[in-house]
Amino acid sequence: MRDSGNILFCGVGGQGILLASEITAHTLLAAGMDVKKSEVHGMAQRGGSVIANLRYGPKVYSPLIDPGRADICLAFEKMEAARYLPFLHGDSVVVVNTHAIPPPSVATGKAAYPAGVLDVLAAKVRVIPVDAFAIAESVGEIRAANVALVGAMSTLLPFDGDLFIEVMKKRLPAKILDVNLAAFAQGREAVAGT
Amino acid sequence: MTTQQQKDGLWLSGNEAIALGAYEAGVRVASGYPGTPSTEILENLVKHEGVYAEWAPNEKVGLEVALGASFAGARVLATMKHVGLNVAADPLFTASYTGVGGGLVVVNADDPSMHSSQNEQDNRNYALAAKIPMLEPSDPAEAKEFVKLAFALSEEHDTPVLVRTTTRVAHVKGLVPRGERGESRVAPGLEKNPAKLVMLPVHARARRVAIAERFDRLAAFAEAFEHNRVEWGRKKRGFITSGVPYLHVKEAFPEDSVLKLGMVHPLPEAMIRAFAAEVDELYIVEELDPFIETQVKAMGIACTGKKIVPAIGELSARTLRAAFGTDAADTFDAVDLPPRPPNMCPGCPHRGLFFNLNKLKVFVSGDIGCYTLGALPPLAAMDTCVCMGASIGVAHGIDKALGREARGKVVAVIGDSTFFHSGITGLANIVYNKGVSTVVILDNRITGMTGHQPNPASGATLRGEPTHEIDIAALCRALGVGQVATVNPHDLEATEKALRAALDHDGPSVVITKAPCVLIPAEKKRSKTPCVIATGKCAGCTACLRLGCPAINWVTVDQRQARALGLGKKQKGYAKISEMCNGCGQCVTLCKFGAIGKKGGDNA
Repeated sequence: MRDSGNILFCGVGGQGILLASEITAHTLLAAGMDVKKSEVHGMAQRGGSVIANLRYGPKVYSPLIDPGRADICLAFEKMEAARYLPFLHGDSVVVVNTHAIPPPSVATGKAAYPAGVLDVLAAKVRVIPVDAFAIAESVGEIRAANVALVGAMSTLLPFDGDLFIEVMKKRLPAKILDVNLAAFAQGREAVAGT
Repeated sequence: MTTQQQKDGLWLSGNEAIALGAYEAGVRVASGYPGTPSTEILENLVKHEGVYAEWAPNEKVGLEVALGASFAGARVLATMKHVGLNVAADPLFTASYTGVGGGLVVVNADDPSMHSSQNEQDNRNYALAAKIPMLEPSDPAEAKEFVKLAFALSEEHDTPVLVRTTTRVAHVKGLVPRGERGESRVAPGLEKNPAKLVMLPVHARARRVAIAERFDRLAAFAEAFEHNRVEWGRKKRGFITSGVPYLHVKEAFPEDSVLKLGMVHPLPEAMIRAFAAEVDELYIVEELDPFIETQVKAMGIACTGKKIVPAIGELSARTLRAAFGTDAADTFDAVDLPPRPPNMCPGCPHRGLFFNLNKLKVFVSGDIGCYTLGALPPLAAMDTCVCMGASIGVAHGIDKALGREARGKVVAVIGDSTFFHSGITGLANIVYNKGVSTVVILDNRITGMTGHQPNPASGATLRGEPTHEIDIAALCRALGVGQVATVNPHDLEATEKALRAALDHDGPSVVITKAPCVLIPAEKKRSKTPCVIATGKCAGCTACLRLGCPAINWVTVDQRQARALGLGKKQKGYAKISEMCNGCGQCVTLCKFGAIGKKGGDNA
């Protein structure tokens, strides 16, 4: 258990990375940490590779995670997890959605989606694969995949999952709360089973 | 921050904090033009009671509105991205001469590393050139505080004040202390004062002297400014830094001494001399230009800066450690992966236009917006992109340089918001100077790339009120454009026809491709019937893939799978439409085999 750390969120624009990182940030704040989060808006958002940097600790200066210094990587797409490997270190943990979204070169048949991309990662760091879309489908809301991933990641942070649940109850609109709480719980269970 | 402050603090982005700071400072009027990373400031400020905020058609107009409101005694905020200040530089430089009534603060957002920009200019240089003060916060908490201080500084010293953020302040979230709304001491109202407000040469010469005197007062202020401060550590090495680079210095070298500058123009010379005298080695750490370094060297003080610290791109703690030879940690090598560049959305109306421009093999003079993505393959139909509005002037220049040779072979493309920003004058120039260029105005009813801000053709204001919707076609006709056509770009055949007619026209021509952006709320809510491909009918010709639509994917198959799916014997794969489809139907007409149709139709 550490009182400071760096969490890198990565995926494809439009996957709900913003909400996932917001829930995590508010939970860390509720735990009494100083937190900084850095996002990029504008052109990068249009279906491109997207990241958010989240840093926490007693006092955070820089809003950016340096290469080799992300403790946790929460990846919303398999290939994107591999793209940010240089940001990880030997003790990093990657929580990764097993879903694949083909980039333009693959979608147009010009390139192949990299085979065994999770094996490449697993050879370097600990990888926790999560079928977040299956969880989201089972709770009846495909858009809850991001919170299922947060649930899986929550097992790696130095406080219990109840703090996340309190934050979600406070911050999520009532009509989407229940499905998200269910997705969160299933995300946690998915890790407990690994 | 103490734990108590943490509990009471607000979790805000730099832009949200700036909006709150302006509100707490008693700002009454605000104007600007959207531009990453500055856009969210006005979007947040407009939510507050007692504040009038608007989108201007461009940054120059925005700053002029701000200046007028300031003359009338209101505290006023103007916001823009770095390249926007180029557009607003004209009023800025002379606003320095007139000075202000109510406090005038200009927030300028730079974008080191060009996350969403066409260049990496360092706008601290504008403070120097316009002879006005500039504050530079490091994080959201300082951003709020500095904006409030900037209003007081503006009124006290009778000057516009620049607040410079960068992407890593604007789009970073952190804890920000709450505050109370205050008021300006300046009373609203108009007073005639031509010697100060009418910049005839005779008046301007006197004001030029007043600026020099003001500069001396500001330099004295800088020496006592509480946010220019020394944080003593080891004295072997001292850093002079500001803004986000300060955070990286604290991260990389927590034990060394730091002179943190909250005000980067004018510099506190005495403070810098005193700091330099105390440390063995002096380093200047700043992003982009050697702005502080050059001035410190001009003071005759020995220091090291850009000799070791990169002048290109964002800094980080790691780049600093590397610059000082202290980062020995190896990192994992990058994995070789297909790139994932940004792309136009599924159902984007721009795609239909660029597909046709590619087909017509014309030279496309481009502009700034989502549609700049039309430069990327497979559409690959943009050949120049310089700045807001440049497409039209560039096309006319090509016409004048090549004459007959270029007739019918060059097209300018410009978005609706960009057209109002600075395209209208270019079009007037074509008509006036007997040009024959074809200009396509991509009217998607909104300013897309920055996140859907209304513009003069949208029919709504920043406050969400309905307003007059400027008729782009009528405007072009009024300018004297002889041929003006409006088409739905989702209709590929009609769009091609309109483009061909415009290119054949002997005189200036405009084609307006009019269809709403798929991301505007009304469009997102509209129920849409997605398209589907009947797999058995797909011949694998890949014609639909030439649209580069993210919803159309190529699936490779072997012979056995091809047979099972009822495909041709030698077929290597088939196209499939994913759940991302917005049902625009552009691909339907491209399929010569009738394999694509609307879901629930004959095909599916």
